[in-house]
Amino acid sequence: MSTSFVLNGKPTTLDADPNMPLLWAVREVAGLHGTKFGCGMAQCGACTVHLEGQAIRSCVTPLSAVAGRHVTTIEGLQSKPAKAVQAAWIKLQVPQCGYCQSGQIMSATALLEHNPTPSDADINAAMSGNICRCATYPRIRAAIHAAADSIKG
Amino acid sequence: MTTDFIDTPSSARRGFLKSVGATTAMALTIGFVWGGTTRRAFAAPVADTFTPNAFLRIGSDNSVTVIAKHVELGQGAYTGIATIVAEELDADWTRIRVESAPADAKRYANLAFGTLQGTGGSSAMANSWMQLREAGAKARAMLLAAAAKKWQVPVSELTTENGTVYHAPTKRRATFGSLASAAAALPVPSTVTLKDPKDFKLIGGHAPRVDVPAKSHGTAQFTLDVAFPGMLVALLQRPPLFGATVKSYDASAAKAVPGVVNVVQVPGGVAVVAKGFWAAKQGRDALKVEWDDTHAEKRSSAAIMDEYRRVAEQPGRPARVEGDASKAIQGAARTVSASYEFPYLAHAPMEPLDAVVKLSAERCEIWAGDQFQTIDQSNAARTAGLKPEQVSIHTLYAGGSFGRRANARSDYIVEAVSIAKALGANGTPIKLQWTREDDIHGGLYRPMYFHKLEAGLNAQGQLTGWKHVIVGQSILADTPFTAMVKDGIDSTSVEGAANIAYAIPNIDVQLSTTRTGVPVLWWRVVGSSHTAFAVEAFIDEVAHTAGQDPYTFRRNLLAHNPRMKAVLELAADKAGWTNTPLPPGKGRGIAVAEAFKTYVAQVAEVSVDKDGKVKVDRVVCAVDCGTPINPDNIVAQMEGGIGFGLGAVLHGAITLKDGRVEQNNFDGYQVLRIDEMPKVEVHIVPSTLAPTGVGEPGVAPVGPAVANAIFAATGKRVHVLPFATQNEA
Repeated sequence: MSTSFVLNGKPTTLDADPNMPLLWAVREVAGLHGTKFGCGMAQCGACTVHLEGQAIRSCVTPLSAVAGRHVTTIEGLQSKPAKAVQAAWIKLQVPQCGYCQSGQIMSATALLEHNPTPSDADINAAMSGNICRCATYPRIRAAIHAAADSIKG
Repeated sequence: MTTDFIDTPSSARRGFLKSVGATTAMALTIGFVWGGTTRRAFAAPVADTFTPNAFLRIGSDNSVTVIAKHVELGQGAYTGIATIVAEELDADWTRIRVESAPADAKRYANLAFGTLQGTGGSSAMANSWMQLREAGAKARAMLLAAAAKKWQVPVSELTTENGTVYHAPTKRRATFGSLASAAAALPVPSTVTLKDPKDFKLIGGHAPRVDVPAKSHGTAQFTLDVAFPGMLVALLQRPPLFGATVKSYDASAAKAVPGVVNVVQVPGGVAVVAKGFWAAKQGRDALKVEWDDTHAEKRSSAAIMDEYRRVAEQPGRPARVEGDASKAIQGAARTVSASYEFPYLAHAPMEPLDAVVKLSAERCEIWAGDQFQTIDQSNAARTAGLKPEQVSIHTLYAGGSFGRRANARSDYIVEAVSIAKALGANGTPIKLQWTREDDIHGGLYRPMYFHKLEAGLNAQGQLTGWKHVIVGQSILADTPFTAMVKDGIDSTSVEGAANIAYAIPNIDVQLSTTRTGVPVLWWRVVGSSHTAFAVEAFIDEVAHTAGQDPYTFRRNLLAHNPRMKAVLELAADKAGWTNTPLPPGKGRGIAVAEAFKTYVAQVAEVSVDKDGKVKVDRVVCAVDCGTPINPDNIVAQMEGGIGFGLGAVLHGAITLKDGRVEQNNFDGYQVLRIDEMPKVEVHIVPSTLAPTGVGEPGVAPVGPAVANAIFAATGKRVHVLPFATQNEA
């Protein structure tokens, strides 16, 4: 069975079980390793990717669900908010172990793409699905605000 | 070629790697290489390489490669190690890259551990400090000698800066790279003068973390990301009860899943091996195993805690006895007593445990976020039937650990090797992947503990007697570290309690070590993850009974311990303890702890709403870790330690019902999320003393500081952890 969709801007056909979670299709079939496995049940957000610009948990999204649609992983981030987020992540030295950070960055980017001036409450709402066991949360919050400021500026 | 496991972001780089052939392969087998700001990650070592010692390589291309004997699992070890070397070397920070060391206790032992190579106990900076300063300084001396010889000038006229040697009188300069081959021909000096700390530029400065760019672009290499052609993925079905074993299994349904290649029994259970994770997962779901639970732990954690409460009434073994605490308490004007209950805790690092093994008749290669390299090497060798020197370990970035990967039994490594062996040791790369459920069910928890405390105060409100009984499992017993248990006292069970810092004339700390079928392990900050709570929550109760301010009460008992007193004062001062009252519904609590020779005090401010829901608004933290090597990383580790510790005291508990773990994933085993993270302010005590660690100590005071703040806000004490337990009761 093959599924065709647009992965990071490129038309892509993956030959895999259509029930395979998008996470494993992206990692093991498409060979893009930035998206991580953390829980397998949409509890931790490590696997966050964008589907038509919305942050989704790829570990519970079957490959078949993205047929004909646009999927973006951290490897395909191009937008101005995405670049601002990644620059702020580096400037504010957010990552520690780093394993969850692809997912954090994908959620933060989706937030800023829809809401360029998020409040702390907006950040809580958008980012509470992303666990960081290193608890880099203060810097995640600060980096999102910094990225928002840099886009405005 | 061994390049295939590298997840190169572009095909151009892949082509480059293949074209450079054997040299690159050699470099890669040394370990994962961090690429610095230019991401020259996988470049081959250049021909004229200056390798003055085991920790440093300077290439004629001016690259400076620092070899890290410690794993990078988030604590910033790679950056700290590179900072120390680069400081004494006067290297150009932008040309520094870090590479993980192979398993080799002769060169890469943790000097705090003796003869084994590993990371833990917040020891990376403390044990590397003089070793790496000397390594950097000797290399610099050799580069200077090479320049002096080349230019025929005295060494005393030479200076170094940013990877370049200067001779000011003749306005000559030479980069380190251009001197590399000449320096390599010179003898290594036996002694060297280290920098005066006042001349430090990188140490105490703002060297950015070496791993942050890759970790912000999704290109950092974790074990999860290792992918060889033909690699198989294994999921292991482990027993549902600790201590159960396989009676029989039926693999027919598992083998019918497309992609499943084999099903093999190993000592730890039954492994389903497939072409990828998803097939292996479906195969394991379809696997039928009958378990023999004759020798399994079948008790509930509540029943085990009941037993601990009874055990606490019996005398334990003395961990510290000074004076006569019982007599002092009997004769006291006022007495206080309390007990504290601590649950099992899982580490739950974000990267579920994983390891890749390539096993053949003669060799075993392992890729993992490896924390105990030489222990894992010997356990892997024993499992494979090889000699340790036939096992090589490639240490990759670890997606967190919090103690979980520092495991004397090497559980996940041994599982991976045993599966590769059961499959015929035919060289096929095997990736063992744990799921989150495997992790939560997998044991090796922070032990459950029961603490019972009593104190006596004289008529003047002075603390005259302190009795502390601790009941719980030993982390070190029945492991290769069992020799560290002295006279029945496992120091990891009593640290933070037996060495209570307060000046009390009569002290009696006792330990009763229990046995259960639940395997246990150290968890971030180890003993102080419970002892600091018991001591600091109880001293707060004692201060209250004495009618004294909890900060002043502590401070008066710390006159003999200036470092502990100083962090306490700093935290109180910065938090506005004495001069900034809080409105009703809010409370402020203080706690101080010493762990791994680092002193941390924290003041927590909480809000409690009318339903009793607690929100931690702010934590002010003061830390004395000796010479601050990387102040921003110290701040980050305090922030992270506070969040990690707070998640545990608010929500963390692994409970057993008839031997079965009741939590499965992050829905049941809840950890801190961003909406619960308080504002954190960190203040670092300036110091020129030898550096100590920061990865763990920040965890210790946050729980009691918050509990004490809850008391200040509500008048209610927390005696059973996690806090969520009280709300349910």
